[in-house]
Amino acid sequence: MPDTEVRYEVKQLTRVEGEGSLLLRVHDGKVAEVQLGIFEAPRYFERLVVGRTPDEVIDIVARICGICPVAYQMSAVHGFERLFGVEVDPVVRRLRRLFYCGEWIESHALHIYLLHAPDFLGYPSALELAGDHPDVVKRGLRIKKLGNRLVGLLGGRPIHPISVRVGGWSRAPRRADLDALRGDLEIAIGDAQETVRWAASLVPPEYTREPRLVSLRHPDEYPMNDGRIISSDGLDLDPGDWRDAFHERQVPWSNALQASADDGVPYLLGPTARVVLAADQLHPLAAEALRATGLGDELRTNVFRSIVSRSVELLHALAEAAEIIDDYRPPAVPLAAWEPRAGVAAWATEAPRGLLFHRYLVGDDGLIEHAQIVPPTSQNQAAIEHDLLQFAPGVMELPHMDATHQFEQLVRSYDPCISCATHFLDLQVEHS
Amino acid sequence: MTIDAGRRPRVGVVKLASCDGCQLTLLDLEDQLLPITERFELVEFPEATSRRSEGPYDVLLVEGAISTPEQAEEIVHLRARAGLLVTIGACATAGGIQALRNWADEPTWRASVYPNPDDISSLATATPVSEHVHVDAELRGCPIAPDQLLELLTALRVGRRPQLPDEAVCLECKRAGNVCVLVAGNAPCLGPLTHTGCGALCPAYLRGCYACFGPREQPNVDSLHRWIATDHSDEEADRLFAGFTAWAPPFQAPAGRALPIADAHAKEPDGA
Repeated sequence: MPDTEVRYEVKQLTRVEGEGSLLLRVHDGKVAEVQLGIFEAPRYFERLVVGRTPDEVIDIVARICGICPVAYQMSAVHGFERLFGVEVDPVVRRLRRLFYCGEWIESHALHIYLLHAPDFLGYPSALELAGDHPDVVKRGLRIKKLGNRLVGLLGGRPIHPISVRVGGWSRAPRRADLDALRGDLEIAIGDAQETVRWAASLVPPEYTREPRLVSLRHPDEYPMNDGRIISSDGLDLDPGDWRDAFHERQVPWSNALQASADDGVPYLLGPTARVVLAADQLHPLAAEALRATGLGDELRTNVFRSIVSRSVELLHALAEAAEIIDDYRPPAVPLAAWEPRAGVAAWATEAPRGLLFHRYLVGDDGLIEHAQIVPPTSQNQAAIEHDLLQFAPGVMELPHMDATHQFEQLVRSYDPCISCATHFLDLQVEHS
Repeated sequence: MTIDAGRRPRVGVVKLASCDGCQLTLLDLEDQLLPITERFELVEFPEATSRRSEGPYDVLLVEGAISTPEQAEEIVHLRARAGLLVTIGACATAGGIQALRNWADEPTWRASVYPNPDDISSLATATPVSEHVHVDAELRGCPIAPDQLLELLTALRVGRRPQLPDEAVCLECKRAGNVCVLVAGNAPCLGPLTHTGCGALCPAYLRGCYACFGPREQPNVDSLHRWIATDHSDEEADRLFAGFTAWAPPFQAPAGRALPIADAHAKEPDGA
């Protein structure tokens, strides 16, 4: 009897950030190979920052990703300030949180409404979705616009902001500038409450697994700029010590540098990990909206539900932004003076897609000697691969096109940011 | 630039080596996005839609630099299928930040980032699209300016030339009433010779311009370089040009001096 082989192939993943492909090979009814190829061109960012000053690094690493430049600027600036012993004004710290809220808002709204929702509703894009459901898409665009305005106000522009400096901000906003956003922010909070209800009503494919979750954890605030790296199974690390439990490696069958836990167990980063590990720190509005979905464990165990976690965080970020603006008084010292110091600058913050680790060696002259940047997508790779392997057997009976679409939908559920994963990644697993 | 007014122009949006930020600028036109899709047919835009088209396109917006052998081939095919090819952003128009490797020994860089460099497909250089194929129009910036994108699309739709200013950031900055960060603040600033488009953003935020939009016509690079070097250092002045539009011809001389010095700082990873 001849061997039977079925291939599920997506030559270019769409509605993701960057360029990747998907191949699933099934041999005699068993998954023989899963390959998530990332053909995004290598750009050598770790080398581009060598010989540059810390402030130049902040400008350069933003260019790793047009969707989450704030995340790159934040992981870098916190690392440098820690090494140099810079104490920033408490208001500067609050403004950075507001800045990060803005990025979560624009990035999450983009993914929820423009990239992810069409999967559930059977449209090729949000542009077609808008033809039948204009109010839904307009709601998403309204929220997204507010996120971009927040980042733009603090950072000068929403993509590749210019005002983040070691020590604080080149210019802090005026109270009146922030107040001007307050009315639209109130509307957006209502929009986001509706988003959570609507996202929870979207019917996902059936799938259950128990992921290992990793995120930051701070004693007093929802994870974002600060905290220790924790996991659902007891990990607890300083944010600069990522390398104590994780590593980047090259596997024999791959062109990739991929990030893995030292014990080899895949882990999940991002909105679902944070919503579960910091459920007690959600803003009351977000916690209430989450409770009202009645989803419980399913939020954690079905990866297709990530759209709900993202919506809950969207609401959290908007509600927290409103509080920060209400309390705002311009900082006494927008930009603290500092002197460089040789050593290791390492820090992790929560990008919209999950933990983003940076580590720089700084020389005696204050210039960078070596850099390591570990984006969330290269850490989520192993979890995506693991999910595809587990999910595939359940959908083999579906028509080929439908199964392929569900595989692509699974990858999209992670909100992969392929431009971020500057390394070429190519995962495959052979099952005997 | 004229397009048959009887039907919606077919538009493609594609990327090469880049961060996605310039094509994201189209999605960031939140208030205009749906009206734009009523006036243009977005037939290819992988970041936004699963509907695909291999062309032909009336207009093709291209983000990113030519950085791999595959991209060098792809751009020729894309050009053949595009009526008008418009490059968007510093990577597509000037090579972008990754063009810094054009002065480096690329295999050394590749080996310092990738443990198994032979498996990586990359050209020694990252270059602007216009070094490979004819380009009909370009939008500069890192990222592009949303109002310029809107002006380009409007002009395309009504069949006129886009009105894109080509003065220096400095003029826009003066009109905005900003205090000069270069003269009064002693900050290194490339505003006097940088192409406008950003709204003189950096000086408005109390820092110097770092030339996201690249050089304007006939910039006096040597003069500004001397000015900055006098108050700071030659090395700092060189590094300022070695930014997001370093490969733009007028900036190549100072940027090229900065790179070997920067490169000499590289250390091997410490137990990574």
